Amino acid sequence: MPAVLDQTASLLESAPETPAAFPAWFAERRRAAWQRFLEIPTPKRGDEPWRFSSIKQLDFSGFATASGNGTGNALVKDSVGLEAPVAKFVFANDVLLHAESKLPEGVICLPLEQALVSHGDLVREHFMLRDTRLGSGKWTALHEANVSNGLFVHVPAGVEVEGTIEVFHWIAGDMTAVFPHTLIITGANAKVRVVDYFRSANDSDAGLAIAVNDLNAGPGSKLDYIAIQAFNEKTKVIQVNETGVAKDASAIGFILNTGAVWARNESLSRLDGEGSRSDMLSVSVPAREQEYDQRTFQHHVSPGAYSDLLYKNSLYDESRTIFSGLIFVDEGAHRTDAYQTCRNLFMSDEAEANSMPGLEINADDVKCSHGSTSCQISEEEIFYLRARGIDPVRARQLIARGFSVEVIERLKDEKVEEMVLRFLDDKFAHIASGGA
Amino acid sequence: MSLVIKDLCATLEDGTEILKGVSLEIPAGEVHAIMGPNGSGKSTLSKVIAGHEGYVVTSGSVTLDGEDVFEMSIDERSRAGIFLAFQYPSEVPGVSNANFIRAALQSRLPKGEELDAVGYYKSLYAKMDLLEMDRKFTARSVNEGFSGGEKKRNEILQMMMLEPTYCILDETDSGLDIDALKIVAKGVNAMRSPARGILMITHYQRLLDYIAPDYVHVMAAGKIVRSGGPELALELEKNGYDFLKEEALVTA
Repeated sequence: MPAVLDQTASLLESAPETPAAFPAWFAERRRAAWQRFLEIPTPKRGDEPWRFSSIKQLDFSGFATASGNGTGNALVKDSVGLEAPVAKFVFANDVLLHAESKLPEGVICLPLEQALVSHGDLVREHFMLRDTRLGSGKWTALHEANVSNGLFVHVPAGVEVEGTIEVFHWIAGDMTAVFPHTLIITGANAKVRVVDYFRSANDSDAGLAIAVNDLNAGPGSKLDYIAIQAFNEKTKVIQVNETGVAKDASAIGFILNTGAVWARNESLSRLDGEGSRSDMLSVSVPAREQEYDQRTFQHHVSPGAYSDLLYKNSLYDESRTIFSGLIFVDEGAHRTDAYQTCRNLFMSDEAEANSMPGLEINADDVKCSHGSTSCQISEEEIFYLRARGIDPVRARQLIARGFSVEVIERLKDEKVEEMVLRFLDDKFAHIASGGA
Repeated sequence: MSLVIKDLCATLEDGTEILKGVSLEIPAGEVHAIMGPNGSGKSTLSKVIAGHEGYVVTSGSVTLDGEDVFEMSIDERSRAGIFLAFQYPSEVPGVSNANFIRAALQSRLPKGEELDAVGYYKSLYAKMDLLEMDRKFTARSVNEGFSGGEKKRNEILQMMMLEPTYCILDETDSGLDIDALKIVAKGVNAMRSPARGILMITHYQRLLDYIAPDYVHVMAAGKIVRSGGPELALELEKNGYDFLKEEALVTA
């Protein structure tokens, strides 16, 4: 399936053109973002937010956005996630290929390019209101200057969406860059779950994805967001996740990293209201020379809020991970409950994990803990599994899978958990086959 | 058909001698018990047979129906028909009991052949019912948060599911109250068969009240020092290990 692609000018050389159909405010935002992108210096070695990072991965020259959508229908067929999603969107190179929806009335769920036209004011009210504070400001500016599509979801007050909205983001064609955006707003006591799948059309073409999420959980609402990052191992990813949680609302943010040669995740949760809760979850299984660089920020603005972060990495071969997390409790955010745990399981002696947990408390009567652990599989545990006939490769795989399951179970939805496990098992099979 | 242990000597990695020439034959169809004081090498014997890498076999042999066990890896021994019920079973977080046993059974099938899921659960539930295990144990992580008795029952469940030809039970009675002991014994007795040999390692005679052995052996200081019928266990119960120790010293 040859991809017929018409690539435009290189990403970093000139301001991208804004399609005429988009509203003027959006065109202006893109122009301003391009200026900001030019002005912000490229991160360099020694910058705290990039400590331990492989700065060389930030060379994005040669990448370009594509105007074609790659292999079209074949990708729609390959967009397999849950058995019966309540809505499903498939994008390739930020172009919509497929849309289906059985969503309840009142829910606005549209490709961003359509929402910008039909619900421009609503998008504007929530679109990229804050600069990321975790280091990727230059790249979120590049995202804002180029963004043309993604998903916009608005669930009005009191509406509970049963089931899951699925969005596939494919990259097709060598040296292609995409800028997927996910903007979710839940009204009071509303409920929704969205899964983003990040995939590559083949295993050989290099890609770049700079993705940004704005997740806004309104009072008393429940917002679950799941990202499955399963790009090919030639692709680089920056994903920036900004979550705001209002009074009595609850948000889950989950990332599975199995793909990409290099992925940087920045996740910020802002606990804006009393009784709000944020679960920040991640499972990563890097192998070979993959590197996952994760930075998190649990921002307790309001008193009486709860945040719980659990990141787990199973590191194979010569892979690397970096975790840097900060719990930040504002002045006056009393009765905060905040927890942060990063756990690394070494599946190889050559892998490297860097953990930098952190805590800054400016209020009284808070319960906070943070910690990071690293371990290897114990010989006794391996012996136990082998004494049941399970070969050593499978035994180690089962244990690493179990290690990850403890995070996945917190999604509290059997079908979604099964789907996540399928992607995880694909990765283990890929590792076992020695494939690259 | 039998499991034959001949002049087996084994040390810890640091060279400490633990087994000093153990010889024992467990023919299919028989139940043997090894008793002995703490530190006599009973548990080591079971781990060496199962292939634990913390021990070095310095001489002797173990054969399974004529096959050299020491030529097999740990998992090969299991698939060849040896089962060790652990004294201290490991916890395996995040791996459900059902998936664990399923993986063990799957490992016995030829490549590409899938275990029949319906038949598997039917068989699993039947055995859990016999062992009076709640169905919730299928979904729980292997041994995680299990009580001592639950862990031992879980070992017997695995044994029943894997249907080994030679079962070695290492202190399966330790940490069990009398009700749990009866249930475990029910499971083991259900496994007795002319095609299967069972070796029970225990510190106490109590277990043998519920699983009647054909032969009893006494182990002390890394050797079998005495063998006899079930009456030997009763003798031990009455007189303790002291006289055997003296006997061991005399014969040493």
